[in-house]
Amino acid sequence: MSGPAGMFSRLTGFLTRVDAMVRKEFLQLMRDRVSFASMITIPLLQLVLFGYAINTTPRHLPTAVLAHENTSLTRSIMSAIQNTKYFTLSHLPKSEAEAEELMRSGAVLFVVEIPAGFERRARRGENPAMLVAADATDPVASGSAIATLQSLVETSVRRERFAEEGGPAGSGLEPAPPPFQIITHARYNPAAVTQLNIVPGLLGTILTMTMLIFTALSVTREIERGTMETLLAMPIRPVEIMLGKIAPYVMVGALQATMIVTAGVFLFHVPMIGSLGLLVVLTVLFILANLAIGYTFSTLAQNQLQAVQMAFMYFLPSILLSGFMFPFAGMPVWAQWLGETLPLTHYLRIVRGILLKGSTATDLSHDIAALAAIMLVAMFIAVRRFRQTLD
Amino acid sequence: MSEGPGGAPDYAIEVEGLSKTFGDRVVVHDLSMKVRRGQIYGFLGPNGSGKTTTIRMLCGLLTPDSGRGTCLGMNILTESREIRRHVGYMTQRFSLYADLSVRENLEFVARIYGMADPAGAARAAVDRLGLTGRDRQLAGSLSGGWKQRLALGVCILPAPQLLLLDEPTAGVDPKARREFWAQIHELAAEGLTVLVSTHYMDEAERCHEIAYIAYGDLLAQGTVDEVIAGAGLVTWSVTGGDPARLARELEATPGIEMVAPFGASVHVGSHDAAALEAAIAPFRARPELDWHRDAPTLEDVFIDLMSRSKDNFR
Repeated sequence: MSGPAGMFSRLTGFLTRVDAMVRKEFLQLMRDRVSFASMITIPLLQLVLFGYAINTTPRHLPTAVLAHENTSLTRSIMSAIQNTKYFTLSHLPKSEAEAEELMRSGAVLFVVEIPAGFERRARRGENPAMLVAADATDPVASGSAIATLQSLVETSVRRERFAEEGGPAGSGLEPAPPPFQIITHARYNPAAVTQLNIVPGLLGTILTMTMLIFTALSVTREIERGTMETLLAMPIRPVEIMLGKIAPYVMVGALQATMIVTAGVFLFHVPMIGSLGLLVVLTVLFILANLAIGYTFSTLAQNQLQAVQMAFMYFLPSILLSGFMFPFAGMPVWAQWLGETLPLTHYLRIVRGILLKGSTATDLSHDIAALAAIMLVAMFIAVRRFRQTLD
Repeated sequence: MSEGPGGAPDYAIEVEGLSKTFGDRVVVHDLSMKVRRGQIYGFLGPNGSGKTTTIRMLCGLLTPDSGRGTCLGMNILTESREIRRHVGYMTQRFSLYADLSVRENLEFVARIYGMADPAGAARAAVDRLGLTGRDRQLAGSLSGGWKQRLALGVCILPAPQLLLLDEPTAGVDPKARREFWAQIHELAAEGLTVLVSTHYMDEAERCHEIAYIAYGDLLAQGTVDEVIAGAGLVTWSVTGGDPARLARELEATPGIEMVAPFGASVHVGSHDAAALEAAIAPFRARPELDWHRDAPTLEDVFIDLMSRSKDNFR
């Protein structure tokens, strides 16, 4: 068969068979109530858990101040600490031993120790040292708090100096506790609201998890149930089987993405600065890449259990190395390279870029190309690996 | 290749020297067979003798290590995709989608084969199969007999020219088996070629031709009468006395190659008529025993073939 007529009949044959697979997969999906329900509840559950429960910029951390002098600067620092939402001034120990005890028992997470003569030396511009001891067992929690504390004390010191010297803030009177203003320079997330980072990240991880597991099971399930033998004995090509199995999940993924983005915008007030259309197109690309990888696992695994194990082995580095949990730039170079091979890494940049920064396709061209390449490689392996015979 | 009157080859299946090895186990060894169009061809042999492997090689599910041949005039090595379009393969294990309904399974297959009106074809098949009223039932919840009937219905839906049925009646009750065979004969009368593997002797006797395969070797081929005659087996039947004790005694007697109790009688057989007569002479002298010469059955022949092939291999 050749010529346009032959091409056309071959194309319709191809489409008919893919359509037959899609219909079959949809029916099976709808009939598998538990799986179908989990596709809807997993995103909701994760969104609520991560969105509401997890906050990496914690509030009201118990703090003790051990002051060896009682001056206006000390009082000023103490009220500054109290005024931020980061800290709660919970204890005023009288001795170092007492402060030590508070820290060790976990009653406080921070001890601020102001040495004697601090104010005097500060006024003389001697740059006196002040000790801040932090419970760093949870570095994420303490890290941002320490940064805040530093700028807070700096502000207090500067204010006191200006006030004494009759600078812009004062008029020679005993200075009233000033209304403190702390400037933390956090771009794109000025209030350092964790949800703005977590919700777009969740979009990527939830899609990775559900898309991967459901396609990873698809081929092995047919082999385990014996239906693969019938399927292979029929005139259908591996590519047609793959496309037919992937297509229904593109729709499931799109549904999940819609749910997460809608919840993100309305519940967590995530901004949508960039183009929604671009986000939709690239989300579909990301879904396809994950489906292709899951399908590849499905052709490599001997049974469904192995397929699930492979999916989890892939899922863990995706969470850890993609920049979802830990900052990407903080990882060693080899880990960054590993991270670059994961679709989630690129998608996180894309989704955070579009939602929070208003990035355009040109800004994201590197990540788009990487996603497309990963998808094509996975599809190629899957079709090559797919056993057309039972050999 | 010989051509029939309609330009189509006389043989639906024509293979030569097919071999297949899994690891170091030879599953099919140098197998050659010819199946005429419109015939019901019985494929017999003990478990693990290579029947399923041969059927899978015929429809392109397995690649032979060596050998060549044609299926419906198409090369089994290079044209397996085209062969699949015209062959209906019914697997040994039920392998339709258990979580799809009867009609959904039929529609799926109709679509894969690109039939013009899948829904209509499925409806017609449901009526033809006598599954009307059950078409919304999930295939997995059907009883064994109905599952088998549906599986056959799915096989013949795209109007194949050749049916490959792998132990289609295993675990099916006698009534359903009889109906199944009636349908097979109807299909053959319409010109369909059927290759069917089975363990049942009564089913073998319903076939136009049979082949016996054991441990990868094809040992006998032809009509039932030809296979029996070709075995060159001489058999005697004895009644009276205690059959179980008698069978033990006969087994211990040299010159008797085969002993098989059949209810109240015992069957003995050998390829050497004279040696057999000499061996049973002392038993014939016993007054309580009633001996007479009889024709060997297909089962006698198969059991003999099986025991001899075992001797050759182990």
